[in-house]
Amino acid sequence: MSEILVLVEQVEGEVKKVTLELLTLARSLGTPAAVWAGPGITAEAKARLAEYGAEKIYVAAGDDIVDHVVAPKAELLAQLVAVKSPAAVLVAATAEGKEVAGRLAVKTDSGVITDAVGLGEGFVADQSIFGGGINVHARVRRGTPIIAVRPNSTAPEAAAGAGAEEEVSVTLSDAAKAARVVERVKQEKGARPELTEAAIVVSGGRGVGSAENFSVIEGLADALGAAVGASRAATDAGWYPHQFQVGQTGKTVSPQLYIAAGISGAIQHRAGMQTAKTIVAINKDPEAPIFELADYGVVGDLHQVVPQLTEEIKKRK
Amino acid sequence: MNIVVCVKQVPDTATERKLRSDDNTLDRDAADGVVNELDEYAVEEALKLKEAHGGEVTVLTMGPAKATETIRKALAMGADKAVHLSDDALHGSDALSTSYAMAQVLKKIGFDLVILGSESTDARTGVLAAMLAERLGTAQLTLANKVDVEGSSITIQRITDYGFDRVEATLPAVVSVVEKINEPRYPSFKGIMAAKKKPVETLSIGDASIDAAQVGLGAAWSEVVDFAAAPPRAAGTIVKDEGDGGVNAADFLASKKFI
Repeated sequence: MSEILVLVEQVEGEVKKVTLELLTLARSLGTPAAVWAGPGITAEAKARLAEYGAEKIYVAAGDDIVDHVVAPKAELLAQLVAVKSPAAVLVAATAEGKEVAGRLAVKTDSGVITDAVGLGEGFVADQSIFGGGINVHARVRRGTPIIAVRPNSTAPEAAAGAGAEEEVSVTLSDAAKAARVVERVKQEKGARPELTEAAIVVSGGRGVGSAENFSVIEGLADALGAAVGASRAATDAGWYPHQFQVGQTGKTVSPQLYIAAGISGAIQHRAGMQTAKTIVAINKDPEAPIFELADYGVVGDLHQVVPQLTEEIKKRK
Repeated sequence: MNIVVCVKQVPDTATERKLRSDDNTLDRDAADGVVNELDEYAVEEALKLKEAHGGEVTVLTMGPAKATETIRKALAMGADKAVHLSDDALHGSDALSTSYAMAQVLKKIGFDLVILGSESTDARTGVLAAMLAERLGTAQLTLANKVDVEGSSITIQRITDYGFDRVEATLPAVVSVVEKINEPRYPSFKGIMAAKKKPVETLSIGDASIDAAQVGLGAAWSEVVDFAAAPPRAAGTIVKDEGDGGVNAADFLASKKFI
């Protein structure tokens, strides 16, 4: 079967879950080959990639790949596309992953599909558009299909691959080195998972009422090992940092479980979370549109319901 | 500094958005057209940079005749002039075609800095700025929540999962901005009146040396095979909190094996 390139997402040498999902997906359509872009690959990371089916691991270890914005990764992938003629290239549909996909598409004269939530025979992608109102099947007609797949689109399943390592050397063009990363600033976020990748997201909205009260949302998130999100009403009010905003102009999440507390469920919010597999809503307004989406809803005051839920989860652990 | 700010007219999220059943493209007549919200931040950032460093702000849009409304809004906010790429041959263009066409116009009109919103609220691909940088061979300074220009050097804060990267380049560059980088101004009455007199140049694909074979639905590198209204979610269980709402929710989570 043809090779399918999977661009690895990693944090300090640890392979992110979305990459394991992409390898799992690639296995159903071809032979997965992982692409490690930058320094810092470890024996554990290689073992992890092989465990989830990578037959090959292409490693381009140069510092210059990560010292410049996006373009080097696209050049690396373009080189591999030219040499290996893969059936497709899969990247995570993160903000940066989509940018890599976009540049790669231009370089290889190939079509690109972003925010796929499923991928089938012939690389036909499932997309959910207009705030979840319409389901679309889309495909690439020209070149090598380049697909950016949303985190949590498939459950990662281990199935060992050979994990044969192959070093790749890539000579970057001057254009690829035009934007230089001069400093990386890590902001303390504690132990919570990254919002767009988290399997569970707990979000708070207008009903939370204040910045202080977000501790109630955080408490539930921590009991579930979840990420914290917020509606635009909450971020606009300054109750929670706006990089945690879930919605049309903020982050799009597609978790296994989404808990919306004190969020009415306006279309702009739904656009950011409607592909969640299971949705739980807590809101004191029984008419709130969020209940139309909810698999389970509690009509009540979140300040009573959420702490009780948190306690109950801790008790049952 | 010659700043070009790219804006897109999108269907209003608050109205029902549809695809056309004949060619699977966006039905632009079904919904009201508004300025893509993230582009308003781009316009504001362009105006702030002009105020600080001098120069000129040109609005660039690609879209049907109706997109003039969007151009007028950006001009009313304070941009100096506009270029409207409008041609029936562009209908159905995907991100690759659009980036190609926009790059052709940008090469023709020239720029020190191109600024865009990080994505549009309709297609939401988030790839256009990266594609433009690739096609123009200029620095990609995208996902910025802060932009500083000093002489010919430009620095941004690029938001990342862990915080942000400080990224530096030499102009020319393509910048995309995220929500909340600034507070977009409202057009004043004077601004609205002045906008009516500002020059808007309309270009056809021929005017911008755009190859007709590389744009439009027929040339698209990707296609919508089919689409359907999302089936309504199965009605969930909604309970009223009688003092045990949290316990009930925990029971539900346990039944789904989340706890």
